[in-house]
Amino acid sequence: MTNLADIPKVNAKNMTEKEFFYGHKACAGCGGSIAVRLALKVLGERTYTALPAGCMSAVGFIFPQMAFNTNAIITTFPGSASMASGIAVGAKALGQKDVKTVVFAGDGGTADIGFQALSGMIDRNDDVLYICYDNEAYMNTGIQKSGLTPYGTKTTTTPAGKNLPGTTTHKKNLFEIIAAHDIAYAATASIGYPQDYLNKVNKAKHIKGATFIHVYASCPTGWGIPIETSVEIAKDAVDCGLIFLAEFEDGEYKLNKNPKQFAPVKDYLKKQGRFKHMTDENIEVVIEHRDKKWSRMRKNWL
Amino acid sequence: MKSNKIFISGDEAVAQGVRLSRPHVIAAYPITPQTITVERLSEMCEAGEMDGEYMHVESEHSAISAAMGASSVGARTFTASSSQGLLYMAEGLHYCSGGRWPVVMMNANRSVALPWSIYGDQRDSLSLLDCGWIQVYVEDAQEALDMIIQAYKIAEHKDVLTPMMVNLDGFILTHTYELVEIPEQKMVDEFLPSFQTPNKMSFEEPKNLGFSSKPDDNTEFKYQQNKAMFDAIDVIRDVDQEFADKFGRKYHDMVEEYRCEDAEVVLVALGSVCGTIRVVVDKMRAEGKKVGLLKIRYIRPFPETEVKDLAKRVNAIGVIDKDISFGYEGTVYTNVNSAISKIDKYVYKSNFVGGLGGRDITKDEIEEMFNKLISGVENKSEEKVEFFSLNVETND
Repeated sequence: MTNLADIPKVNAKNMTEKEFFYGHKACAGCGGSIAVRLALKVLGERTYTALPAGCMSAVGFIFPQMAFNTNAIITTFPGSASMASGIAVGAKALGQKDVKTVVFAGDGGTADIGFQALSGMIDRNDDVLYICYDNEAYMNTGIQKSGLTPYGTKTTTTPAGKNLPGTTTHKKNLFEIIAAHDIAYAATASIGYPQDYLNKVNKAKHIKGATFIHVYASCPTGWGIPIETSVEIAKDAVDCGLIFLAEFEDGEYKLNKNPKQFAPVKDYLKKQGRFKHMTDENIEVVIEHRDKKWSRMRKNWL
Repeated sequence: MKSNKIFISGDEAVAQGVRLSRPHVIAAYPITPQTITVERLSEMCEAGEMDGEYMHVESEHSAISAAMGASSVGARTFTASSSQGLLYMAEGLHYCSGGRWPVVMMNANRSVALPWSIYGDQRDSLSLLDCGWIQVYVEDAQEALDMIIQAYKIAEHKDVLTPMMVNLDGFILTHTYELVEIPEQKMVDEFLPSFQTPNKMSFEEPKNLGFSSKPDDNTEFKYQQNKAMFDAIDVIRDVDQEFADKFGRKYHDMVEEYRCEDAEVVLVALGSVCGTIRVVVDKMRAEGKKVGLLKIRYIRPFPETEVKDLAKRVNAIGVIDKDISFGYEGTVYTNVNSAISKIDKYVYKSNFVGGLGGRDITKDEIEEMFNKLISGVENKSEEKVEFFSLNVETND
């Protein structure tokens, strides 16, 4: 097995100039498309790319205008992990060497409808890197709540009004749920910290078997933010502690970033149309949830 | 030819057919009464009798998804299901035919809940007639084995590239032991070359597959898919003939006529009940009654030419449906009736719905159906759809 410490680093300077996801019809400022573009630059040409029904497939595969320069395929919505498993196992059975299969699926496609197949893929340890780009709602269908939509978010199925603050549940602990499978490698990332994300994709690329990256990817259209702040807001989410950067490897959790002090949650929330309606009381619920989570992570993962 | 017969069940015969076809990937999930097939395949993989990769998928939806994934890189694939599992796959069945991936699947025909029943009828696959799969129904374990091998050759043909479902009646075929001739691997290899397809992702020629189409193009894709299904009819004939030349067993293409040469009254059926009908036909023929059987082997593509040809020669056609399309009639009947309506001749028709949830269809019942058809012609009756042998009184 490759010694992970010896893998050459990929960074903005030495990264390939080739584009593998190009000419697509994503909205301006789309964080999901940044996550796909960067990961494919790390993974390179010998990649099979599988995407379920969702934003990235909707903007990338409109016959006859195909936006992927790698092999790529749209899967069924619940079956991205199993179809990717089939690709990886088929490639192995055909004797293909030096191949990686990658999935790019959204938060709904991963934490909700695609979860069963993902669990099976990890159980079989098929040679697939599964990347969940999390924009915190079903964006392709027009901003509906998913299992990864955070508390207080206004979506088209969790309206904020006199009686409800928008979404009333917190995000599923997706990263820990995946880690609980005893997966060889899982990580969280944010397009606001691109070098960290590149490193994690690069590491996963060199691990044979099932790996998982949960990358936070902003959606200006769904979040109500200016398009030029897409990357900045994804950084803010980490800096205020609502999103954390971590890894799970060899059965151990590792916090990659453990800030002494968080940036104000309120500033992060109030920049976004989806949270504009939140009262100080609602924001307290978010902060309390964040603090509980961090005290647990700091206790167990450091 | 040297004979190599072994005593196995229908499920095991399917497993033997799969082994001989050398799939690269098997996506397996258990469901009664199919389970024995995937059990035997796992044993064959363990014993090194097969080179294929055996995937323990976590559901039928993933079984078909994994099979499609493997097929999309050019791997020969097999999966199997039944009943609730087949319905759980339904999204993938349409997806697979639209993607033109020639996956081969065995379906153990079983009733569909509710009420729960693990026993046989054909409502599972017949309710999925429109999903774009070639559907063949077999009558015994030998035909099951042979049709798996033929299925790969048909489905993977460049003019077809359409997935194929080999249907066996649950328990009656899946769990009944028969003497089955196991072909030699060398002969199967000669008959069935390795899978080659232009419709795959590869590093030599990267492709984007499974794409979206706009209203400008979608109809054209569906036209091609439909055309491939019709083109399959010639391929089915050629493959059956080539199989007969090689292995000495011929299955009469799309349908099989049994004692229909001078028949006046014919029953149409699918699957294992055909065996029982043959016995009744022989008995009634001995009594001087001109009856016959039309065994529909392929219901998609539909044997329209064969049904019309038969209808021109007979006075009455009865269709046995182990299936009901609620609010109308049996699905096989609807299809047969549509073909008959295209000829310019009166034929007395009747639909016998029954054998649901595993109830036996007996020789006596079949004889009664023939007699009803005979009297229907004599009395110039109107066509009739009836549930036969109901255990309750009805006002029909």
